[in-house]
Formats: sequence, structure tokens, C-alpha cells
Amino acid sequence: MDHPYFPLLVLFAIAGVVVVALLTLAQSIGPKSISPVKADPFESGNPPRGDARIRFSVRFYLVAMLFLIFDLEVVFLYPWAILFRRLGWFGVIEMGIFLALLLIGFIYVWKKGALEWD
Amino acid sequence: MIVDIGIIALKAFLVLFMVLNLAGVLGWIERKGSALMQDRIGANRASILGFAGMGLINTLVADPIKFLTKEDFIPPRGDKFLHTLAPCMALFPALVTFAVIPFGDTLQIGERVINLQVANLNIGILYVFAMGSLGVYGIVIGAWASNNKFSLLGGVRGSAQMISYEVAMGLSVIGILMVYGTLELQEIARGQGTLIREFLPESWRFLKSAIGWLPAWGIFLQPLAFLLFFTAAVAETKRVPFDLPEGESEIVAGYHVEYSGGKFLMFFAGEFAEIVTAAALMTTLFFGGWQVPYLLRDGFHFPWGASWLLPHLAVVLLQVGAFAVKVVFFCWLQILLRWSVPRFRYDQVMRLGWKMLLPLALFNVIVTALVIVAVQ
Repeated sequence: MDHPYFPLLVLFAIAGVVVVALLTLAQSIGPKSISPVKADPFESGNPPRGDARIRFSVRFYLVAMLFLIFDLEVVFLYPWAILFRRLGWFGVIEMGIFLALLLIGFIYVWKKGALEWD
Repeated sequence: MIVDIGIIALKAFLVLFMVLNLAGVLGWIERKGSALMQDRIGANRASILGFAGMGLINTLVADPIKFLTKEDFIPPRGDKFLHTLAPCMALFPALVTFAVIPFGDTLQIGERVINLQVANLNIGILYVFAMGSLGVYGIVIGAWASNNKFSLLGGVRGSAQMISYEVAMGLSVIGILMVYGTLELQEIARGQGTLIREFLPESWRFLKSAIGWLPAWGIFLQPLAFLLFFTAAVAETKRVPFDLPEGESEIVAGYHVEYSGGKFLMFFAGEFAEIVTAAALMTTLFFGGWQVPYLLRDGFHFPWGASWLLPHLAVVLLQVGAFAVKVVFFCWLQILLRWSVPRFRYDQVMRLGWKMLLPLALFNVIVTALVIVAVQ
């Protein structure tokens, strides 16, 4: 009961009930009538051409990679930010070195054109 | 024991109830507000016994019933299981994120002290980010499972946009964490109860008398961080001007093209719940949370010496009321924004996220660090 995560469990249970109830209602109340035309993917009224499992631009993959790198670096900043007042100048210099490395990487990515989108 | 569990359940239920209802009311504000801004009438037809309540009946009663009684369409060539899972993955995280946001200080009834917050976790804001980023899965899974090219495009756009702005969002908060020195949102809200002069050194006499009387809210100590956080939060909720994943005029409805009825309602409710949570986060981090300026535990203490003592219950009610007013204000601001500005192009969205917000957030962290060390 006194565990800090116990209220979270209660909230998850209630939210889960809400979600499942909505889903069950959604699936059970409405009418069901499927026709070949309705089964077609809706693409602005044009007859769908080819499969929907198409290739998409590699830039999205690049963004995912950049996200992994930068978000991890952000995670490193969190404990430092909390202890910052106790660390004083030591913390500033240490994190300055870390941020300088991050900044070099960022400038490299920028100059290489990985952030361009055209 | 039983009472403890009851209180926990009541708080959890109340928070969900308020978030979902505020989400519904926001739907009404959106429809009527946009009508007002575009010189239309807006929803006004549905009524109960002749009472239409300015369209409230339309959005709060008629809309959900209509959503739920429509056909639940599952694309036969798509993935049935994932298609059903996606709306749950979109709605559930949006509902539970609110858990760590405090909506008031402690309420004392007899011997019992109730912390007005569902769960007081020591990781606080990390929980918000953890749950917030789960929302991406709902979009990607739904988009892929629909077996539709438009929805796939919307899903890919949405995921790239959300993860890009998550970096900027995470970085913009770091300044706040450095100033208040904690991850717990309740502690951050309490930290904003003092005045700015507590944060300034003795020697800065001029600044102390000029702005020292301001409450120590995040907006005054971290103004740049607020702008960055606000922009990133709007981008995270995928609303205009960042509604590329939906982009009605480009890709019909983006990731939820193939959703109808109740499942569309779930995506819809999830989006509005995210708006409420984003507004609550802006309030808690930058606008004092439940703090009323100069209101301490026993009443008002003004910086010019006057004070006005109030009973405990009145103070708590004022604080919860202040929190509600601030949250509603930021919800309204986000909706106003949607109907005021046009949509960005995708390259503009990416440029803003990576080339503007990210360097500015880093700059903010460095400047904050130097200022804090200089002040100490």
C-alpha cells in the first residue's frame, strides 16, 4: 500500500477498464456490412494501385538514428542537472566537455546534410 | 488501510474523470471556437427537450453516441490484431500520463494528510516522458496495420516528427531541473512558491528590488525554455501547425484514415487528453502549478508586508482552482493556435526541430549552468 508505485497500479487498472470498455462498445454496437468496394483502401477515391507495403524515404530512418543518439545524451544530462548545485564548477567543466563533444557531433551531422530535407 | 486505498482510488478516478471530461469540453470549444473565428454557426442541432446548450449537447452527448453506433471498419487486407491494438496504445498512455502531475498541495483532514497528486514518484518528469513517448507506437502500429498508403505516410511522418521534438522537449526541461534541483513535480511546484529575490545573491541589489517581488515561477527564471517547451509540446500533440501526420488536405486523415466509429473516437480522445496533459505540464513546470502568487499555507503574505490569513480549506480550494484555471487557459491557447496559423511544410517542421529548437535548448542549458554557478 505504501509503495510509491501502488497508486499508479490503481490508475492503470482504471484506465485499462476505460480503454477496454470503449473498445468493446466500439466493436459490438455498430452494424457490420462489408462490400468489396468498402474493403478497398481509401486513397482519395482513386483505385488503389499496388500494395500499401511500399518503401519510404531513407530520411525517416536517419531521423530515427539521430533521435537515438541525441536522446541518449539528453538522458545523461538529467542526473547532472539534479546534482548541479552540489557539483559547482566541477560539474560545469565536466558537462562542458561532454556537451562540446556532443556539439562537435551535431555540427558534423549538420554539415553532412543529415538534417536537410528536400 | 481501506480508507487509504479508497483515497488512492478516488484520486485516480477523479483525475481520469477530469481529464476525459475536459477532453470532451475541449472538443466543444474547438468546434464552437472555430465557428466563431470563421464566422460560422457551428454545431447547434442536437438538443435534449429543446435544450441545445450552445452545441454542448452536440459534442458531449450526440457525438460519442454517434461514434459508438457507427460501423467499426477493419480493413480486410490489413492486420486485424494490430489495427485493434493501435487505438488502445494511443489512448492508454495519454490517460495515465497525468498521474504524477500535482493538482494541489497537501490537504489535511483531521490527522490524515492527503497529497493532491495520484502518485508521488521520485522520478517524476521521467515518467511523463516515458509514457508520453509510448504514444508514438499507437500511431505507427495503426498506420501500418491499416494497409493504406496514406495512413502509412501519416504514420511515418508522425513518428519522425514526434521523436524529433522529444529531443528538444527533453533538453528544454533541463534548465528547470537545474533551477529547482529535483525531478519530482510536486517539489518543482513547491519550489515556485517563493519569490525571485530568494534566487538572487545579496550583491545584485538593483535587480532584487526591480524584479525580486515576482513569484519564482519557471516562466520568469526560464523564459526561453518555456517557448521551446511549448513549441515542442504542440508538435508532440500533432496539432496545427504541426499536423503533418494527419494533414487532411494532403493525406486525407493520415494515420487514422482507415479508422471509424469507436476506434476513431479513441484516437480523438487520446489527442485531447494529450492536450490537457501538455497544458498541465506547462502549468506545473513554468507557471507555478497550483501556486497562487503570495499565497502560502496559512494565507496571503504580500511582499510589501501586508498579509491576509485564510483557513486551510480555503487555501487548498484556491490552489486547486488556480491549477484548473491555468490548465484550461493553456488548453484554450493550444486550440486558439490551431485555428490561427497554417500548416508547416515537412522540411520546415524538421528544420525547426533540429536546427532551431535543439541548438537553442542546448544554449539554454549552458547559459543556465553558467548563471547558477556565478550566482552561487
